[in-house]
Amino acid sequence: MSSVHVSPLSTYLSIFAALMVLSAITVGAAFVNLGSFNPVVALAIAVIKATLVILFFMHVKYSSRLTKITVVMSFFFVAILFAETFIDYATRGMPGDIPPPLR
Amino acid sequence: MSNGNAHAEGASPAHGHDHAHAHHPALQHHFDTMSQQREAGVLGMWVFLLTEVLFFGGLFFAYAIYRSWYYDAFAAASASIEILPGLINTVVLIGSSLTMALSVRAAQTNQRKATVNWLIATIILGTVFLGIKVYEYADKFAHNHVPGASFQFAHVPAPGEPHVEEPAAGHVTTMGHDEIERTTQIFFSLYFTMTGLHAVHMIVGIVILFIITWMAHKGRFDSEWHAPVEMTGLYWHFVDIVWIFLFPLLYLVERHN
Amino acid sequence: METPVYPAHNYLSNGHTLRSWLLTKDHKRIAVLYLISISAFFFLGGLFAVGIRLELTTPQGDLFQPDTYNKFFTLHGVIMVFLFLIPSVPAVLGNFLIPPMIGAKDLAFPRINLLSWYLYIIGGLFTLFAIVAGGVDTGWTFYTPYSATSSSSNVAPVALGVFIAGFSSILTGLNFIVTIHRMRAPGLHWFKLPLFVWAHYATSLIQVLGTPVIAITIVMLFVERAFGFGIFDPQRGGDPVLFQHLFWFYSHPAVYIMILPALGVISELVSTFSRKRIFGYSFVAFSSLAIAVFGFIVWAHHMFVAGISVYAAMVFSFLSFSVAIPSAVKVFNWAATMYRGSISFEAPMLYVYGFFGLFLIGGLTGLFLATLGTDIHLHDTYFVVAHFHYIMVGGAIMGYLGGLHFWWPKIFGRMYSEFWSRIAAILVFVGFNLTFFPQFLLGYLGMPRRYHMYPDEFQVLNVLSSAGASILGLGYLIPVIYFAWSLKYGEVAGNNPWGASGLEWRTQSPPLTENFTEVPTDIPEAYEYTPKVVREAKLV
Repeated sequence: MSSVHVSPLSTYLSIFAALMVLSAITVGAAFVNLGSFNPVVALAIAVIKATLVILFFMHVKYSSRLTKITVVMSFFFVAILFAETFIDYATRGMPGDIPPPLR
Repeated sequence: MSNGNAHAEGASPAHGHDHAHAHHPALQHHFDTMSQQREAGVLGMWVFLLTEVLFFGGLFFAYAIYRSWYYDAFAAASASIEILPGLINTVVLIGSSLTMALSVRAAQTNQRKATVNWLIATIILGTVFLGIKVYEYADKFAHNHVPGASFQFAHVPAPGEPHVEEPAAGHVTTMGHDEIERTTQIFFSLYFTMTGLHAVHMIVGIVILFIITWMAHKGRFDSEWHAPVEMTGLYWHFVDIVWIFLFPLLYLVERHN
Repeated sequence: METPVYPAHNYLSNGHTLRSWLLTKDHKRIAVLYLISISAFFFLGGLFAVGIRLELTTPQGDLFQPDTYNKFFTLHGVIMVFLFLIPSVPAVLGNFLIPPMIGAKDLAFPRINLLSWYLYIIGGLFTLFAIVAGGVDTGWTFYTPYSATSSSSNVAPVALGVFIAGFSSILTGLNFIVTIHRMRAPGLHWFKLPLFVWAHYATSLIQVLGTPVIAITIVMLFVERAFGFGIFDPQRGGDPVLFQHLFWFYSHPAVYIMILPALGVISELVSTFSRKRIFGYSFVAFSSLAIAVFGFIVWAHHMFVAGISVYAAMVFSFLSFSVAIPSAVKVFNWAATMYRGSISFEAPMLYVYGFFGLFLIGGLTGLFLATLGTDIHLHDTYFVVAHFHYIMVGGAIMGYLGGLHFWWPKIFGRMYSEFWSRIAAILVFVGFNLTFFPQFLLGYLGMPRRYHMYPDEFQVLNVLSSAGASILGLGYLIPVIYFAWSLKYGEVAGNNPWGASGLEWRTQSPPLTENFTEVPTDIPEAYEYTPKVVREAKLV
């Protein structure tokens, strides 16, 4: 008999409720002018929602260390893709860049 | 263990023959225990989801670059998409994640009928999602917002927005009218690729759900062996998470004008 | 010492129908299926190379139309990279050996293993279709906007073929990761594993992390081509360099997919044929992981002149130097292993000696390309072509052939001709150097790659290169003959013809379908080469 953690019904329902509230906040926040914070807020809420799904619906909170590492690694490598490429896009056209780019 | 002679290649394992120990009928012979088999299956699904994160990640990455370049065009294009179907779909899909999680829980606690019912609920909600997507796509087709030869985007400048015909040389901070209309195609290319790929994953997921529901109905799962339900659940939740990011990025770029 | 008897019951005799092969779940049979199919694609890719070298014997473009030549080097690249090198060691040797090396009966997911092979075949068929339909002329790198908008060639089927073959690669990597984590025999902890297993684990990490990115890039290219979407189209504001970032994010780590498993083979061969424990086991193990990780952060060294910012170029250049370090760690440890070992000159080891020199040159010339200033001169010249062929052919293929010669007796239970195998190894080494060393000089002198014509003064070097290619080709064809001959007439190998350590040498040759009748429990440290062990191993 495997010793897999069984979450109580209340856990699932409260996570679902939280996800609904967060979805409403996402839409609401989009209609408020927060300047350059709009995308930050939208992404932050999305990250929180995703984290709740991962930890509780996907049981990662109760999973092995290997599973947790796998989850973290996937986002880490996407982050490498983003970050290192942004180094290129962010510095194009900066003083001293050779040759001057088209854009 | 059986030796080479008695083990015919390709024959399904017959459980009447000379096994000295009794084991679960679902135990595959290259595993030692059900626990090992389950752990391997779940780890395998997680590694697969890792590949999916990188797969969708490439699209989100392209989105991020172009949004930073063509913010005004992205805002204009995003504003042309109806929020309500997207919001309903968000609720529907998160709801289907709930029903999926509940079906896993029912399998964990040996409740066959509940497992089946929650799986069916998941299928229904998934299908509703796809139905609404069809409506949304039809709307986009009608407006000629599908990239390609027939693409047309009519950009109505907001009150007070400067009417700039050509983009300024060098670093562009405000996009001109023509450039907005030209580059919204990139937004819609990404919109259709991202939501289309997501929809393909949902269709595959629904097919898998049908299979798993049938297996559950046939009583193939119990509290000791329900890894296929778990693994399907992991896949389904992942598809939900992709949508959780797609929704604000595609529908809610800028709505406060 | 008694003569070994060929075992009557083994995985090869366990079913003779086509069905028993095409629907097999046995990792060993799947490895043999891969062996046959990748060999076929290797020779097809080689045919395109023959066409290239024939054209280049004369300065004028007199053999083919320019477009045809473009198709030849494109297809040579696509087939060799995606349909030969990427699967080669993992799909043949990895598939066959990882379960016995860890004391398991099969991989974690045997049916997915079979699916991997079918996906590989389907991917290959799409590529064959594209060839028959008129070929592709974009270069294996498929750069946009040419590949997306202008090229009139069969980009879509090849893209689809690469996508599907990529999926095959992902599933193999997934299978290996789960197997190595979850199916090791009791007591076999990570630091007792053969370095071959470590190398494949690191390779599998790259496969699952990197391949999806080229997959999505192909999807984007495909929708641009098929539906007229405009993600990379400059007319609609798209950035072709974005394609290159996405493409190379996978394709640079891909070169480590191609070399790491071969490095794992080399570790096994060096230890066996020096009769000595690998020096610095944990350094070599961790260097595999380091190569996998570092390989992901250097990709834009392929793009120094593509239009990226010079600041990004500096970052990538600096990081590219660092990736050479773990490879150097391996080479030093292998050398230290051989020092005061009891080295010998069997065919597998001849490939290792050849490997050392060629991998070293290939790796060092990579540093010239990682240096910004010199890369501007050398980019897109034959220097680059020579560099990557030294690593891919001089490194990866030598490793693959060495491994094939080493484990052939285990896989098929037969020995091959020692004489002819040594001749072939020498021919490969000589032919290889004659083919590719002149190309370093050509590149330095300014001959661009992917050109079917060149100034007259380059002809001598080109002719030397083409002559070398014919010797190299001969060196690759001879093994086909003696390997095939060995299947029927080769001396029976016995369990352990080389006296090697490792769990796979404790099984019969060829092994039983389930590898072990009893899972071994007394698993020693890796590479236990005490004189007693060596003597006893040879008697088995």
